[in-house]
Amino acid sequence: MSENLITPENLVYKKTKSMTDRILHYCPGCGHGTAHRMLAEAIDELGIQGETVGVAPVGCSVLAYYYFDVDMQEAAHGRAPAVATGIKRVFPEKYVFTYQGDGDLAAIGTAETIHACNRGENILVVFINNGIYGMTGGQMAPTTLEGMKSSTSPRGRDVKSMGSPLKITELIAQLPGTYFVTRQSVHTPANVRKTKRALKKALEYQKLNKGTCFVEIVSNCPSGWKMTPVQSNKWMEENMFPFYPLGDIKVPEK
Amino acid sequence: MKGNEALAEAAIRAGADAYFGYPITPQSEIIEYLMAENPEELTGMVVLQAESEVAAINMVYGAAGCGKRAMTSSSSPGISLKQEGLSYIAGAELPCVLVNVVRAGPGLGTIQPSQSDYFQAVKGGGHGDYKLIVLAPATVQESVDYVKLAFDLAFKYRNPVMILSDGIIGQMMEKVELFEQQPRLTEEFEWATVGKKPNKDSVIVTSLQLQSEEQEKVNLRLQAKYREVEKNEVRYETHNCEDAEYLFTAFGSCARITRKAMEMAREKGIKVGLLRPQTLYPFPVDAFHQLAGQLKGILTVEMNAGQMVEDVKLAVNGQTKVEHFGRFGGMIPSPEEILNAMEQKIIGG
Amino acid sequence: MNEEIIIAGFGGQGVLSMGQILCYSGVMQDKEVSWMPSYGPEMRGGTANCTAIISDEPISSPVLNAFDTAIVLNQPSMDKFEDAVKPGGLLIYEENGMTRKPRRTDINICSIAAYDESVKMKNTKVFNMIVIGGFLKVKPILDLENVIKGLKKVLPDRYHHLIPLNEEAIKKGMDLIKEENKLN
Repeated sequence: MSENLITPENLVYKKTKSMTDRILHYCPGCGHGTAHRMLAEAIDELGIQGETVGVAPVGCSVLAYYYFDVDMQEAAHGRAPAVATGIKRVFPEKYVFTYQGDGDLAAIGTAETIHACNRGENILVVFINNGIYGMTGGQMAPTTLEGMKSSTSPRGRDVKSMGSPLKITELIAQLPGTYFVTRQSVHTPANVRKTKRALKKALEYQKLNKGTCFVEIVSNCPSGWKMTPVQSNKWMEENMFPFYPLGDIKVPEK
Repeated sequence: MKGNEALAEAAIRAGADAYFGYPITPQSEIIEYLMAENPEELTGMVVLQAESEVAAINMVYGAAGCGKRAMTSSSSPGISLKQEGLSYIAGAELPCVLVNVVRAGPGLGTIQPSQSDYFQAVKGGGHGDYKLIVLAPATVQESVDYVKLAFDLAFKYRNPVMILSDGIIGQMMEKVELFEQQPRLTEEFEWATVGKKPNKDSVIVTSLQLQSEEQEKVNLRLQAKYREVEKNEVRYETHNCEDAEYLFTAFGSCARITRKAMEMAREKGIKVGLLRPQTLYPFPVDAFHQLAGQLKGILTVEMNAGQMVEDVKLAVNGQTKVEHFGRFGGMIPSPEEILNAMEQKIIGG
Repeated sequence: MNEEIIIAGFGGQGVLSMGQILCYSGVMQDKEVSWMPSYGPEMRGGTANCTAIISDEPISSPVLNAFDTAIVLNQPSMDKFEDAVKPGGLLIYEENGMTRKPRRTDINICSIAAYDESVKMKNTKVFNMIVIGGFLKVKPILDLENVIKGLKKVLPDRYHHLIPLNEEAIKKGMDLIKEENKLN
C-alpha cells in the first residue's frame, strides 16, 4: 500500500539540493533548521550551488558545513566576516556568505562584522539572533533583552552593569558599505517566505558589487529560554519583536 | 633595498595572490610598499589593510582555504594576536606565509630589534600540538629568497611557514638580487573551497573534530608530516667548523654580528667556528650532534634571554658544554662583547 | 677596502640619506654595502644616525660599535660617537652645531662649515652633500661619477633637476674640508 504512494506525482515536498542528508543536531523547534533550508533553497533557485562558498561560525551553527551541500570553511569564533573577506577577495566572482549567531557576530566578532560591512565586502551575512548563547548552555548574549534571564544573568539582564541589548543590525545599516539590510523571522509560514525572498535578493545583489547584504533572522531558542517551541515563538513575538522590529532597514535606492 | 621592502617585492614576484596586514613598527614598510606598488594592476595580487591583526590572519585563512598563496606580516605584539588564527590554519592544514619582524617584549616592549619570539615561533605559538616551519633570514637577500621558499614549503606540506626576521634585517639596506616574476597559481586544489563540483562531495575547510578518535587521527597525521619536514627541510650554514675547537651559534641578524666576533677570534688564533641555523624549525639537530664530539664548548648568541640555547642543549645532549650570551630589550650585542663572552664563559670557564 | 662609517645628527639634516647615497654609490662601484638606520622615536625629530659599510668583501655585521669614520653633525652626536672611532680613524664634524672641539688625539679630525656654505648656495638641503664631498676628499673611496649615479637612485625623479647643484655641493665640500688633527 505505502509503496504505491511513493511516486513522482505524489511528491509534495523534498529536500532541496544544497542541503545534505545529514540529520540536523538542532533542538526541536529551533529556527536554525528553517533558516538553513531557506538559504539553501535560495541558492538552488539561483542555481549557484557550485559557485557558492560559505563560512560557518562558532556557536550552535558551528556544524552548518555538514548541512549545506556547498563548499564551506569553518571560522574561528567571531572571525567569519574576515574569513569571508579573504575568500571573496581572491574569488570575486563567487557567492560568499557567512552564517553567524549573535555571540559570534555581535560580541567577539563585532570588529570583524563592522569593518567587513564598512568596507562593503560583497558578501551576504546571515545573522541569527536568538538573544542567547545556545551552544555553551544559555549564557547572556549581546542581544539578550533587558531583564531577560540567562545562566550568566540569573536575575535578569541588568543594563546598568551588563549594558543594553545591542541593535547591531541598525548600527550596520548606517554604514555606507552596506547595500541591503533587513530583519526577518522564520516562525510562521508567511515569515519563512519573506525570509527566503530576502536571502535570495541578497545573494542576487552580490552580482552587482554594491556592498554587503545583511539579513538578520530573529529566532527562538526553546532550550536556552527554557520553553516549549510554541511558548518560545509566542514569547519571541511578545518580547523580541517589539525591541527588534521585523522589516527592511536599508533597501537599495531605486 | 631595505629589508622590508625587498621582502614585499619578493611577495609580488613569488606570485602571491593576497596580502592582508595591519601596520606595526618595524614592519609597516611591507604593507606600504605593497600599497604603493599596487600589484593588483601588475599581477592581480590582492593587498588589503585589515582592521586588526586578528582579522588579517583570518583573511589569510579564507584565501588560503581557497588554495591561494596568501600572506601576512606583523611584529611581535601583532604576531601574538595572530596566534589564534595560526592555530586554526595549522589545524585545517592550510598553506600560508607570515613574517614576524621581531621587536623586543614582553608587552608593548620597544620597537628595537630582538629575537625574543624564538620560542613562540618554533614551539607552535598558539594552542594545540602544531608546528610552523620557521625560516630565519640573516641578509636582505635571504629575506627575498625565503619568501619564495616559504610559499613552496607551505604548499608542499600544507602548513603555515613563518619568516622570523627582526628590526635589523627589516630596516637595513644592502645589495640584493631579485628573482624573476613567478606566475600566480592557476591550479584548483582538491582540498580548497573553489565551489562544489557536481558528483563530488563538498569541500569543508575546518579544524573541528567532535570525536576524540578523529581528533587523534588528525594529530597523528600532523605529527607524521612534521617528521617529514624534519627529515627533508633542515637548512643551516657553517663557517670555519672543520678544525673548530669552539663553536658560536646564532641565527638571523645576530649571526652576522657573531660572525664578526668569530673573525676577530680567529685573528687572535682561537679555533672557533660558526653554525647558523637557517631553519629554526626544523632545527639542525644532527649538525650539532655531529660537531659536538670535536668541540670544547658552544656559545649561543641571541638577542633574548636564552631560547635557542635550549634546542642546542637538546641536540648536543651533554656531549659538550653549552652556554648562552644574550642582550635583550632591543639592545644589540657588539662583536667585542660576543668574543669576550666566548672567552669568559666557554674558553676560560 | 672596508670602510665602516657612522653618520649622526639631527633628524632633517639628511643623515639617513647621506648613508644611503654612499651605499648606492658603492653599489655603482661594485662594492658590497650595508646601511642600517637608527629607527623609532629618533626618526621623529630627535637625533638620527645610520651605519654605512662599504667593502670589497661580503659584510658580516651590519651593526658595529667601532667605526673607521664618524661624521657628526651636532653636539649630542659628537658626544656619543667620538669615542667610537677606531684609533687611527677619522672624525668629521660640522662646525656650526658644536659647542666644543673633539678631545681625541689618536684619530684624524676634520671640520667642515657645510651649513654656512649651503646658505651661500641658497639651498640648505644640499648641506649633507657638502659634507659627503668633504668626506670623499679625505677618503677617496668612491668616484664622483658613481656618487652622482648613487644620488640619482636616492633622489626621487622630481628632484633630478637638482643633481647639478648637488654635484657642485660635493665639489664645494672637497674644497672646504679642514684638517684639525692629522696623525702621521
